[in-house]
Amino acid sequence: MTPRLRTTLLLAPAAIWLLAMLVLPLVVVLVFSFGERAAAGGYSAAVTLENFANLGARWTAFQNTLVLAPVGTALCLLIAYPLAYYLAVRCDPKWRTLLLILVIVPFWTSILIRSYAWIYLLGGQGIPKLVSLLGLGSPRLINTPFAVLTGIVYGYLPLMVFPIFVSLERLDKRLLEASADLGSPPWRSFLQVTLPLSMPGVATGCMLVFILLMGEFLIPAILGGGKVFFVGNALVDLFLQSRNWPFGAAVAVALVLIMLVTVTLYMRFTRRWAGGRDDVSLM
Amino acid sequence: MTGKDDSPVAELRGATKRFGAIVAARDLNLSIRQGEFLSFLGPSGCGKTTALRMLAGFETPTEGDIFLDGQRVNDMPAHRRPVNMVFQHYALFPHLTVAENIGYGLRQQRPRLAASEIEAAVTRALDTVRLPGFGARRIWEMSGGQQQRVALARAIINEPKLLLLDEPMAALDKKLRHDMQIELQTLQRTLGITFVLVTHDQEEALSMSDRICIMRDGEIVQMGSPRDLYDRPRNRYVADFVGKSNFFPGRVESIDGGTARLVAEGGVTFTGVAGEGIKTADKAIASLRPEQIGLTRGAGGVPVTVINRIFLGEHTEYLVRHPDLGQFLILASRQAEAGEGNFEPGETGNAHWRDGAALILGND
Repeated sequence: MTPRLRTTLLLAPAAIWLLAMLVLPLVVVLVFSFGERAAAGGYSAAVTLENFANLGARWTAFQNTLVLAPVGTALCLLIAYPLAYYLAVRCDPKWRTLLLILVIVPFWTSILIRSYAWIYLLGGQGIPKLVSLLGLGSPRLINTPFAVLTGIVYGYLPLMVFPIFVSLERLDKRLLEASADLGSPPWRSFLQVTLPLSMPGVATGCMLVFILLMGEFLIPAILGGGKVFFVGNALVDLFLQSRNWPFGAAVAVALVLIMLVTVTLYMRFTRRWAGGRDDVSLM
Repeated sequence: MTGKDDSPVAELRGATKRFGAIVAARDLNLSIRQGEFLSFLGPSGCGKTTALRMLAGFETPTEGDIFLDGQRVNDMPAHRRPVNMVFQHYALFPHLTVAENIGYGLRQQRPRLAASEIEAAVTRALDTVRLPGFGARRIWEMSGGQQQRVALARAIINEPKLLLLDEPMAALDKKLRHDMQIELQTLQRTLGITFVLVTHDQEEALSMSDRICIMRDGEIVQMGSPRDLYDRPRNRYVADFVGKSNFFPGRVESIDGGTARLVAEGGVTFTGVAGEGIKTADKAIASLRPEQIGLTRGAGGVPVTVINRIFLGEHTEYLVRHPDLGQFLILASRQAEAGEGNFEPGETGNAHWRDGAALILGND
């Protein structure tokens, strides 16, 4: 067997899988997006730009996604960085593994069940009731952007913690000694050494969370209660409720394009942070 | 500024460092003179790095004091000490360029220095370590030897009172190491900065240092110039660590005015300067450098059989065996060989040494 043939054979399963499960469906979606809704719903062949012209009708979904996905990512980052820093740098190594496991433990339960739990926590009998008992008014939490963001941070935090943890843990502690030796107080060493060298982890974590959030459906469906919905929810609605497949396909194509543009721009910026180094590549 | 005045630039007074039950350094007393090149020499785990780290401010002594320029600095954090370090694996910042690494120390100064001032100083430092024009390079584009120069430039740019070097040559190959040793020594003389080197390489310590501090198990065993340590080692440990030496165990037969006479196995006698605390009838060892022993076909000395021969250029090293003394080394100069000729392995000859050439030392 020639090495070339062996390489081909080894790559074949992945290639076939990607072709059948990614490329082909994408082509189908693209074709559908130029079609018309059949009278009884579904797809009827046509070539029209009408679906794309109508995208404005789903503007709220795009707006929510484009605001809440970056905000959710930023919140995850703000909460995850100190946690990852503590785990990687400050915490006693003998507790580290246990604490890391505790970060993953929520993953052992389905995100669906965990999100349902938040319905009760944020609903009328949960935190708002506690607040009103304390005489601080009666805030409405469930079905608000706050509820969706809470669910997002809760669900995606580990995805942000781990890449940052890894990059901080790999950080050579002697670099901090060198920084101190050259006259930098600890907080400035953090800004000048720790932070820049943990950027690859930050970039990876943000990318993971952001991409997943752009396609998020479950959390807004459960904690947004139809009031705070993402593009993902609009798609479900269009395909399964109104059965307007061509319009749904156009929305899907628009989402993919937005993702491609943002992620490309993002990669370009983060590459610059990392100083063009390949050995700390982002993904 | 190569003059050495008497005020110590740094001092350790009874400095002890414990890590839990482990004593990494015990009661270190040492004063470092302005402008000298001092080395801590010893095997790994002897406490030499702990001593250096206490000077740098990375470790606080559990007991005792550290002084810099006459000021007690036990509680002064590393970033405030006028001391810089060349780290063992350089610890260069991978996210910064060569110039940014070198200028790092200057950028930490408050009030801030002008950018043009920093740039000029970095250019000078690059010239000093013979890396002109390398400023824009990335660290990982540099070879090991070049990285070492960058680390050196970074450490001298703040003109520290003390430059600490933690096994700086450990990662270099032999040829490069030798070149760097010469360069470091030259640099030390031109800059007039006090250098404190930590090494386990005796050759490195001997060739570069004004003074060497030999350490074992967290304690200072002996301190002195390379020549002092070589000629007058205090005990077997020092004699063994500084240069090569042969050791012949035996019993002290007599001491007369500082000269002791030791009788070894088979009644072979050695005479020489008695080390500290040597008393008559004590068990002791005679230490004799390989170059102090001659090998001849003529009469006199003790009969030996040549086991191995290593040609070293100017010298030839013979490993020989004596029926009672066992194996030992003889270093014959080319000059001596001109008279005696070469010995082949298996040949017999007589080993001889000058009366009084040995050192009679305690066996510790």
